[in-house]
Amino acid sequence: MSRKLLLWGVAVLALLALPPILLALQQPFYVDLVRRIMILAIAAVSLNLILGYGGMVSFGHAAYIGVGAYAVGILGFYGVFNGWLHLLVAVVASALVALAIGAVSIRTSGIYFIMITLAFTQMLYYLGISVAEFGGDDGMRLKRRSQLGIVDLNDPVQFYYLALVLMLFSVFLVSKIVNSRFGMALRACNSNEARSRAIGFSPYPYRLAAFVIAGAMCGLAGALYGNHTNYITPGLMTWEQSGDLMFMVILGGMATTAGPVIGTFAFLFGEELIKALLGLKAQGWIEHWQVIMGPLLVLSVLFFRRGLAGIFGKPDA
Amino acid sequence: MTFGLVFEQLLNGLQFGVTLFLMAAGLTLVLGIMNVVNLAHGSLYMVGAYLALAAAQWTGSYLVGVALGLTGTLLVGMLVEVIVLRKLYDRDHLDQVLATFGLILFFNELVAILWGRASLFASPPSWLAGHIDLFTGSRYPAYRAAIIVVGLVTAAILWYVVTRTRLGMLVRAGASNRTMVSALGVNIRLLYTVVFGFGAALAGLAGLMAGPIYNVQPGMGEAVLIQVFVVIVIGGIGSIRGALVGAVIVGIVDTLGRAFLKPLMATIISAPAAESAGPALASMLIYLLMAVVLAIRPQGLFPARG
Repeated sequence: MSRKLLLWGVAVLALLALPPILLALQQPFYVDLVRRIMILAIAAVSLNLILGYGGMVSFGHAAYIGVGAYAVGILGFYGVFNGWLHLLVAVVASALVALAIGAVSIRTSGIYFIMITLAFTQMLYYLGISVAEFGGDDGMRLKRRSQLGIVDLNDPVQFYYLALVLMLFSVFLVSKIVNSRFGMALRACNSNEARSRAIGFSPYPYRLAAFVIAGAMCGLAGALYGNHTNYITPGLMTWEQSGDLMFMVILGGMATTAGPVIGTFAFLFGEELIKALLGLKAQGWIEHWQVIMGPLLVLSVLFFRRGLAGIFGKPDA
Repeated sequence: MTFGLVFEQLLNGLQFGVTLFLMAAGLTLVLGIMNVVNLAHGSLYMVGAYLALAAAQWTGSYLVGVALGLTGTLLVGMLVEVIVLRKLYDRDHLDQVLATFGLILFFNELVAILWGRASLFASPPSWLAGHIDLFTGSRYPAYRAAIIVVGLVTAAILWYVVTRTRLGMLVRAGASNRTMVSALGVNIRLLYTVVFGFGAALAGLAGLMAGPIYNVQPGMGEAVLIQVFVVIVIGGIGSIRGALVGAVIVGIVDTLGRAFLKPLMATIISAPAAESAGPALASMLIYLLMAVVLAIRPQGLFPARG
């Protein structure tokens, strides 16, 4: 345990020290990149709660990134710029959407659950495309970033530290949830549903509650992501985004505390690395990075099943 | 809103429905028999469209293009089965989803490298370019009518093969007990490869027929794939009959919703409100339908196994 805490300490110190170092080296691009990674890590951490611990293979987690981002965009569209209100609405709206999707999809399991969560997210994606007021297919630029008062989101470094704090908070929150009585029941339903039923735990309410919590957390990530890109499109809710989030969790290690964070860093740095290597060969090749990424993902599924967190220690669940 | 217009939109819905069915049939067989979620089924649809288009341009003959497109998709499908999917039969659905997700990225980008990202224009053959007369004052594009005929004939052949032939018997037996079929001396691995290849060819057929109507572009398969998931959820996994009924329902509901929901809503609420709410609701219609079906029958309309 102490070894894990030590690793966390080193990682947090490194992330704290990163912006001044990168700015001194005149590499503001990497401050933005790491900020984006940390925001998406919040989404991956929330997905890990239902996918890793709850055993629910949700292929539609990008929906809540979209709902959170659109909450910021739509409130701004009507002239409301209070950042705390933005975050509140993003979280509550995502929770409600997760409640509606979860209430239907958790009645099913297996292949059905995967296809239904994917289909509902696709429904929201098409909804985003067809509502012309909020930009439709093209999306819309934020009039102003969320006004939080104490933190200025227009300052890349302040925004960076906010993302870092919220990412650590989400990791802490999920680890608290998982080790609570509620989390025990959730994991029990995943590892042996019949036995949980026999000792008096009906899985449905636990799964639905976890699904809603994960949706709300991911909505927070969405609100941050909307502020990060400063631009909101239905593209935030594509099935590719959902798939990427799943890969981040799996790559890092399902049902581990640090896995989703490690996975997000590995996935997105891997993406940049492939682009950089292709760029060495020819500029035109950079856009085709997915032709390398795809087979690498297939290979990682076939031959690398424990995830990166497995290198540092055993899964803790 | 005349009767002729409604009838034409019904035919369009049927045409979209049979396209969905060709996709759904292959996917539901693979799901029901091999218990594998294959997201890359949409990629095979795309591969079929591109191969047929390229072959038709190269040889100058539409029919040769169709033949080469079908054969090519069959081979690509069998290759994918042997190289990747075969290793996934014993894995859980999560691994299958992730690995086939990787395959989609690969195929979409490969197609973009070979043919570019811009959408290509595929034209129907000249002998199907005209219209056919339905009744007085109503004409229907011959190409769309041909798609309906090909789709229904394929459905009939598929029904015959699955229920009346030895191959179909083996396929159904393999679905209920793989080990037993294997113990009786059937090469189940080969059977799986063949079934997967033909499922791929059906997806390719759907893709190459859809080419002249929709855009031929990288990623074209995924939009259809997700609608096919809706079809399978409504119809019930592993059931060909469910796939047909589900596909026709989804095709007709989607097409009629897009065509008539806006004018219908305009008669109830104000025209500007219908202008924005109509298309939004139309695009959500099939997913709402799926939610309703699930609420009533979580196993779909025609579950293959009890």
